[in-house]
Amino acid sequence: MLEQFFQFLVTGVTVGSLYALVGLGFALIYNASDVVNFAQGEFVMLGAMTAIALLGVGLPLPVAAIAATLAAILVGLLLERFAIEPAQGASVVTTIIITIGAAIFLRGVALLLWGKDFHSLPSFSGDAPIHLGGATVLPQSLWVLGVTMLLVGLVRAFLDRTLLGKALLACSFNRAAAQLVGINVRVMLRLAYGLSAGLGAIAGILIAPITFSSYEAGVMLGLKGFSAAIIGGIGNPMGAVAGGLLLGVLEALGAGLISSGYKDAIAFLFVLMVLFFKPTGLFGHQLVERV
Amino acid sequence: MKTRFWKSLLATTLLLTGIGIAQAADPIKIGSFLIVTGPASFLGDPELKTLQMVVEDLNAKGGVNGRKLELIHYDTGGNAKDAVSFVKRLIKKDNVDLLIGGTSSGDTLAVIPDVEKEGIPFISLAAAVEITEPTKKWVFKVAPTDRMAVARVLEDLRKRSLTKVALITGDGGFDKSGREQVLKLAPQHGITLVADESYGNKDTDMTAQLTKIRGTNAQAIFNFGFGQAPAIVTKNIKQLGITLPLYHSHGVASRTFIELAGEAAEGARLPAAALVVAEQLPDSDPHKPVLLAYKKQYEAKHGPVSTFGGHGYDSLMIARAALERAGGPDKAKVRDEIEKTQGFIGTAGIFNLSAQDHMGLGSDAFKLVEIRNGAWKIIE
Repeated sequence: MLEQFFQFLVTGVTVGSLYALVGLGFALIYNASDVVNFAQGEFVMLGAMTAIALLGVGLPLPVAAIAATLAAILVGLLLERFAIEPAQGASVVTTIIITIGAAIFLRGVALLLWGKDFHSLPSFSGDAPIHLGGATVLPQSLWVLGVTMLLVGLVRAFLDRTLLGKALLACSFNRAAAQLVGINVRVMLRLAYGLSAGLGAIAGILIAPITFSSYEAGVMLGLKGFSAAIIGGIGNPMGAVAGGLLLGVLEALGAGLISSGYKDAIAFLFVLMVLFFKPTGLFGHQLVERV
Repeated sequence: MKTRFWKSLLATTLLLTGIGIAQAADPIKIGSFLIVTGPASFLGDPELKTLQMVVEDLNAKGGVNGRKLELIHYDTGGNAKDAVSFVKRLIKKDNVDLLIGGTSSGDTLAVIPDVEKEGIPFISLAAAVEITEPTKKWVFKVAPTDRMAVARVLEDLRKRSLTKVALITGDGGFDKSGREQVLKLAPQHGITLVADESYGNKDTDMTAQLTKIRGTNAQAIFNFGFGQAPAIVTKNIKQLGITLPLYHSHGVASRTFIELAGEAAEGARLPAAALVVAEQLPDSDPHKPVLLAYKKQYEAKHGPVSTFGGHGYDSLMIARAALERAGGPDKAKVRDEIEKTQGFIGTAGIFNLSAQDHMGLGSDAFKLVEIRNGAWKIIE
């Protein structure tokens, strides 16, 4: 029983780190612009699919992975420049709708480029499971965990320690004030989109060997990442990470201990409960509306 | 849409000016409604391509009884409501002589009341048992039922004395229907199900369910599902260090599955349509030349064949033979002739229809195969 529990935990943390990375992307863009970017899941898909395609034309895996991440960052920047920026001054809801449109567009392009089939990426370091007590872990899961921790650490350091990161955070607190003290909000917005796209792409590449990828793989991952961001309190990057891990573990425990049929229901019920009892998220700061 | 408009405008003009087209040259109209777009398009797309290819081919050879065939097609997108309205339009406005279609069981079952009311021969390409059981006067089908696939797996389990089986299925219609068949047939084959787990077809990790299965005394695992999920199940099984024999459904008899699951798929067994393993059949098998011919023709134009396209071929060839025997597209006569189809060798197997059996396939429709060195090997 304990052994099983441990296995569920391992599964949950692996899947959860993925949600965390996607959730982190949501949080970054939300911080910079108050917009929920519904194309975040598509960045995950783009990263994975581009890496698979590049590997297919004969590039070595590390090169393909880096090139795919750069490609996704480029797409993120283009999206910001040609879809979000022209709509500057539009309401948040309009911008969110633009991101939904962008998501559908990206999915369509991926469908045309790569077809409807699922594609797989080889594992980074073999498929032999590693035994940890009674549980087994795939080497790829360790990659997911390791890289996620590294990226979260880097993002955290970037936001807390660098001027650029602080400027990005400043935008989230008060955009007008940030602009007044000389922060170029437009550049910050581009930075947020580029960073989110890169994080998403890396998540996609890490997970592709375990879960495969297809043109519509981003939909569910995007939804789960969004839930992670909500649980953690949207706009709180580290909250999104915690939310992602929590969501992953809950799902795995739900599937294992209660019923696999209710797995998603349990996860989304939890999101609803959080919204019900703590609308700002578990780690969100209280919103104060000044009248 | 536009050309249809112009065509109908032209037709109206011709009628009004009293030119008209000679009756004898009228083509025989075949109406089809398939799922060519949307999530189930991987079924309907090869079906439509096959229908178009075969119609073109038959017309090049002079048509049926000297009359050309005309295919009138609508895409339902997997929406059963649309399927019903398209069928009404096919019957009442397009005046088709025969219906082929209903990619999914949902689309097919939805249109049956109209087909029966209007009295038009209908050959369905979907698999559900309910389509032809109980037998309906005007409805036929060419796809083998999932019950036959399940029976094939259970027989093999029994043969290997693996009587305690853990079942794991997805949450789609195909998966659920398969699960019901397993639950129903397992006791008849002396097999006890020690687990009955499920997963969402878009899930990315099934280790939680499999960990539960690992905790049971199962002697084998049967995964009834399709798409990428069974490949993840296969990989997860390996990851958890489970070494039990693994069985899949015919839903994963595609190259994609082997590519996705990679080495983890080695040794897995599944029922597969003969089309998938055509090259491996003995030369004495009368089925072989039909399969290879269809495969060659399709692949020359469209890339790898699928069994679904094969259903399109079977339906059209059965219809053609019936039209020829009936001497024309008289609906009642064609229906009677379809019912009399005997010994027709199609891609799904040998069809012997009767008044009681509107599918006519025997249990030989599925071959049990094992994945060895990244390829299917027929096990007998």
